[in-house]
Amino acid sequence: MATNVKVQAEAPPARGWYGVVFLAWLVPGGGHFLLKRPGRGALLLASVAIMFLLGLMMRGAMFQPQTGDVLTTIIYCGGFLGDLASGLFYLLAVWLGYAQPDMAGHVHDYGTKFLVAAGLMNVLAMVDAYEIAKGEKE
Amino acid sequence: MPKMNLSHFEAAILFALLASVVLGVITKRTDAERLRYGVRCFAYFIAALIGLGWLMKLGHG
Repeated sequence: MATNVKVQAEAPPARGWYGVVFLAWLVPGGGHFLLKRPGRGALLLASVAIMFLLGLMMRGAMFQPQTGDVLTTIIYCGGFLGDLASGLFYLLAVWLGYAQPDMAGHVHDYGTKFLVAAGLMNVLAMVDAYEIAKGEKE
Repeated sequence: MPKMNLSHFEAAILFALLASVVLGVITKRTDAERLRYGVRCFAYFIAALIGLGWLMKLGHG
């Protein structure tokens, strides 16, 4: 009982989550930094950044939205959204002209998956930041 | 940017490590629980990696 009272007293007040989620998308871990969780924010930033950089160094391909049959639409549009979810890393890579063609080979294939996985990990971080901002989680 | 060549195993280990860190950070409520969960996720990744690797090897004959 006493523990519950203490936890509620320490929980931050519920605040507008739009800015937090936007910052969490733009800068991986940024939402956690804004919500005064620097340790967790730094771990998320490092994990997403390393995953994205490894993807670039393995010359992974970025997905472009493409429609056709259902499977093509899911893979290419989903992959594009996954890439886009990396926020600033994706925007910077595209802005600086990174455009690797899709090539055969396991290293390129892993690189493509690493790029998408970095975005998907950032989606998890965004959801976590949203829950913290809403006061549903510490 | 330098080009990196990793084997399947090295790439999968790196993927498992980074994914486990994120899963541990976002899932639990205390630091001790996060650490335990992250380590457990990493162990599951490695077990699945080795298990599926053997399954594919045995399946190929």
